[in-house]
Amino acid sequence: MNLQTLPFLLAMIVVAVGLYAVVCKKNLIKIIVGIIILDYGANLFLMLTGYRENGLAPIRTANMNADNFLNSSVDPVPQALILTSIVIGLGTVALMTALAIRIYEKYETFDISEIKQLKG
Amino acid sequence: MINILPLLVAIPLGAAFLLPLLEKFPAGPRLSRTLAVITSAALMALSLLFLTADNITYWMGGWTPDSGALGICLVLDHLSAFMLALVALVTLVATLFSLSYMKRYTAEPLYYCLFFLMVTGMNGVILAGDIFNLYVFLEVAAIASYSLVAFGCGSEELEASFKYLVLGTVGSVFILLGIAIVYNQTGQLNLAAIANTLPQQNAALSMAAAFFLVGFSLKAAMVPFHAWLPDAHPSAPAPISAMLSGILIKVLGIYALVRVFFDTLEMSQQFAYILITLGAVSMVIGVFLAVGQWDFKRLLAYHSISQMGYVVLAFGVAGEMLLTQKFNIASLALLGGLFHLFNHAVFKSLLFLCSGAAEYATGTRLLKKLGGLKHRMPVTSSCLRIAALSISGVPPFNGFWSKLIIIIATIQAGHLWLGAMTVLVSFMTLLSFIKVQRYIVDGDPSVSVSSAKEVPFSMCLAMVILAIICIGAGILLPLYQKIFSDGAQSVITEQFTQLVRLAGG
Repeated sequence: MNLQTLPFLLAMIVVAVGLYAVVCKKNLIKIIVGIIILDYGANLFLMLTGYRENGLAPIRTANMNADNFLNSSVDPVPQALILTSIVIGLGTVALMTALAIRIYEKYETFDISEIKQLKG
Repeated sequence: MINILPLLVAIPLGAAFLLPLLEKFPAGPRLSRTLAVITSAALMALSLLFLTADNITYWMGGWTPDSGALGICLVLDHLSAFMLALVALVTLVATLFSLSYMKRYTAEPLYYCLFFLMVTGMNGVILAGDIFNLYVFLEVAAIASYSLVAFGCGSEELEASFKYLVLGTVGSVFILLGIAIVYNQTGQLNLAAIANTLPQQNAALSMAAAFFLVGFSLKAAMVPFHAWLPDAHPSAPAPISAMLSGILIKVLGIYALVRVFFDTLEMSQQFAYILITLGAVSMVIGVFLAVGQWDFKRLLAYHSISQMGYVVLAFGVAGEMLLTQKFNIASLALLGGLFHLFNHAVFKSLLFLCSGAAEYATGTRLLKKLGGLKHRMPVTSSCLRIAALSISGVPPFNGFWSKLIIIIATIQAGHLWLGAMTVLVSFMTLLSFIKVQRYIVDGDPSVSVSSAKEVPFSMCLAMVILAIICIGAGILLPLYQKIFSDGAQSVITEQFTQLVRLAGG
């Protein structure tokens, strides 16, 4: 275990915490929070793949040649991916919250052990 | 020809953006129905055009690798051409069925909007040439399908949709983690470029493969990841059930799995065995759970799990045979898998449409409350009978031939017990559908059926089209077998990777 793998491990722990909340919590809102944590864990992991120690922001200024830029900046691709992934996460969470509100209107509870008309 | 490839994604996307605008007009529902039919007919025509076309690699916006840019590419090989045609067929039929069926719901334009967003997502997944676009389109299709499951806004629909949403999102997060690891290992996102720069099998890649496997299995509802499917598929409106069971789980689960495991990551012995096990377990557990069901749509949903098990089993056997260089058996297994995928899309959509028609006319979908449908609804009940015979593998219907090919391939591959299991599952399926026919089609009309009338013309037309394909597809297989064997060949030869490589990717 060296210092460079530690952040990846931490990202995985965040994912595990999110999964724990999704699997074990009985409250709809806590499940939604779990999904958000899970999403952030994945984003963090993706972000770390582009990390470089003492790297610059990936903006190429006029007085910077291409080789210099490649050797000093962090990888911009994961950042573009995370932007997309955050938007997708936003859509999912918005839909999930809307569903939770409608479920509360129907069942008058957020407890999933009381929301079980479907089984078999 | 090459320049109209993006239209397959652009047409449904454009329609999906136009449709909500119609919501405000009094003539909105009628206009939206017209627009929906035109859109799905255009998609059908386009995908038939591409079915016979050559392979195409299209770089969006002219950002080819030659210009030194990292571009987005759309790839059409024989497998994707086949999947596109399948999606267009089920879309067209589901649209025809929706015309009358969805009149009972409010907000019809919004329904068609979500419907075409789902189609956009699926076409995008099929054409995507890089792994991140595959993920984005997968999410577009998935989010549209979550909201379509909840479209009725009843308590059961909401509950099912929430369950589907949570499990679907967990699956997506796993796929994203897999993408992150693969990007970390190769520095590439283009599927073909990943395949080219893939390092030796190491722990990180195995982990990525495991994440992909969990993610796509959740999307394809393989046992033990199936918990959401029997709730979500029956809760949706009938044409959407047909779309979800007919094509969504195949495109988001099976097709993406094939792209990632056969074309991109190296197939290994372990993963072939895992696919075989997943397939066999889904096949058996799905059918055993289905036999005891009394809700018609729920019964059909469990059969979806079981029938998708056949397809995954066939792909697993093909993967194993590819590793041992037995290309004949591999192509036979792939042919069986693809043909069964096609057949399942046809007869399962037909069964869900029939259940929708029965529910439309009688107001119930419980087997014990239906009965004697053949006296009141001759078209629906004959279509239901044809589909039931197809799914249970009675010759000469299409289900028989694909199951036969899969069984032959499994036995040739040396898995005698798997072949026996496949026959047993087929027998159990027959048993379950004898129950369906006994309770729904035959007998004296029950209270809720006695006042029922045959459903409107467009719904009948949708069902009759699929029923004709059910009868014809099996017998006429030699005429168009090329489509399936081309698809199988393109998986074996990794045509997809070759194509992008040729285009300079």
